[in-house]
Amino acid sequence: MRAWLLSDAPASRRQARLGRLYAGWLTFRGNTLAMVGLAILAALVLCAAAAPWIAPQDPYAQDLAMRLKPIGTPGHLLGTDSLGRDILSRLIWGSRTTLYIVTLVALIAPVVGLLVGTVAGYAGGVWDAVLMRITDIFLAFPRLVLALAFVAALGAGIENAVLAISLTAWPPYARMARAETLTIRNSDFISAIRLQGAGPVRIITQHIWPLCLSSLIVRVTLDMAGIILAAAGLGFLGLGAQPPSPEWGAMISEGRRFILDHWWVATVPGLAIFTVSLAFNLLGDGLRDVLDPKSGGSK
Amino acid sequence: MLEVDGMNVWFGAGATHVDAVQGASFFVGRGESFGLVGESGSGKSTILRAITGLAPGWSGRVEVDGKPVYRDRRDRAFHKRVQMVFQDPYASLHPRHSVDRVLSETLRLHGMDAIDRRVPQLLEDVGLGPKFRFRYPHQLSGGQRQRVAIARALAGEPELLLLDEPTSALDVSVQAEILNLLADLRGERGLTYVMVSHDLAVVGHLCQRLAVMQSGRIVEMLDVEQLRRGRAEHPYSRALIAASVSGGRTARAAE
Repeated sequence: MRAWLLSDAPASRRQARLGRLYAGWLTFRGNTLAMVGLAILAALVLCAAAAPWIAPQDPYAQDLAMRLKPIGTPGHLLGTDSLGRDILSRLIWGSRTTLYIVTLVALIAPVVGLLVGTVAGYAGGVWDAVLMRITDIFLAFPRLVLALAFVAALGAGIENAVLAISLTAWPPYARMARAETLTIRNSDFISAIRLQGAGPVRIITQHIWPLCLSSLIVRVTLDMAGIILAAAGLGFLGLGAQPPSPEWGAMISEGRRFILDHWWVATVPGLAIFTVSLAFNLLGDGLRDVLDPKSGGSK
Repeated sequence: MLEVDGMNVWFGAGATHVDAVQGASFFVGRGESFGLVGESGSGKSTILRAITGLAPGWSGRVEVDGKPVYRDRRDRAFHKRVQMVFQDPYASLHPRHSVDRVLSETLRLHGMDAIDRRVPQLLEDVGLGPKFRFRYPHQLSGGQRQRVAIARALAGEPELLLLDEPTSALDVSVQAEILNLLADLRGERGLTYVMVSHDLAVVGHLCQRLAVMQSGRIVEMLDVEQLRRGRAEHPYSRALIAASVSGGRTARAAE
């Protein structure tokens, strides 16, 4: 199997593609820190998927007699919050919300940025001027303030928080994609495909995107931490996920009232955010080694 | 096959305006191999780029096979008939596309059928085995890359091939291989070549007639016999021939 995957002369397109994926995986596997990041994220996905079965308690069940119990209380491994809800269970259910936000933002912002950036970079002229000025306008707004205004206008909720974060997150991707497009646009291999009669849509989607994509993916994973924090920030301000739904930022926000006497209520979700952010950063670093075209890709 | 009459090419506008080519005229017959020689900056590559539409600012008359070529519009028939091989094989292949993808996409753009059969055939035509089919450019040597670039140019079965210093980025030994490959392909397919080079030995090996260019103008037309005997009239051509005496070794290596 291994020999078939790493064959010097693949017999079919499928074998060539699988072999390339496998070679990339081998490079990635050599990076211990990236594997740690991947393992944490895999655990997060498992947690989210299996939340109903692995959560020891109902995340919404209140028990005022058991409120603010410390870490290690029997039945409440990570303690309870101000309404006596089990923090571990809320953390596990909250991973769903976190993943949901992260996935949606990761799908919206880079795609919009890539589209705007590559079209502006390749078309040039008026298109470039108009699209980049729009990007500048979005860049000029302070991120959290724009998100706040947006949520205030549309109402609080996870979907609107996602939309607000995406709206403020795409301009850097557009800038980056445009800069890459400008360096690619006049290269000989683009000239060559133009000479074969390819139109601008084909050139942008088939020839420019693959080259922008790797740096974009790396950038997205590195930004993921910031996105989780922005979502947590909105939650903290009461503009993201609404109580009683378990969202990590909202949990910190609730816990801040007791932070001096009952530190674990705010600290535990904080640690969760920290761990996942770190995992995304580690993963991003590892992906850069695998995907960076300048390193020649997988040997 | 190709007629260029009074071509001017310029870059920039206003204060940054630069005339790269002034009043270039030449004719290349069907099946002929024509060379454009000059030092770097003399505008020889720019003529090719203007013909193919990669240099947008030009005037003059260009006809391919009797059909006029417009300034900013090339139709499918033009792309099928005229193809180009670029100077630097390290820059002319998409770094993320495999050889298979490069060739099959080109074939598809030209509306070819039976692509799975044609790709190995093209590779064989340029002297590459089937094991190169799924390689990426970074897994190929310079000579192998240039062979892939030649295969791509040949995919649409063109009649006129524009060669922009196709060997200048390669080792001397590989240069000879590529030149021989180009000579063989021309013989097999009855191609017409326009070849740009600063190396008189290379041009002398492949071309029957050549034009010597200096700072954007064609100063003299020579045939290969005149070149071999050093019978140039213009002082610049003479200087060029004198300077390429050392290059004569390349020609012998190629032959």
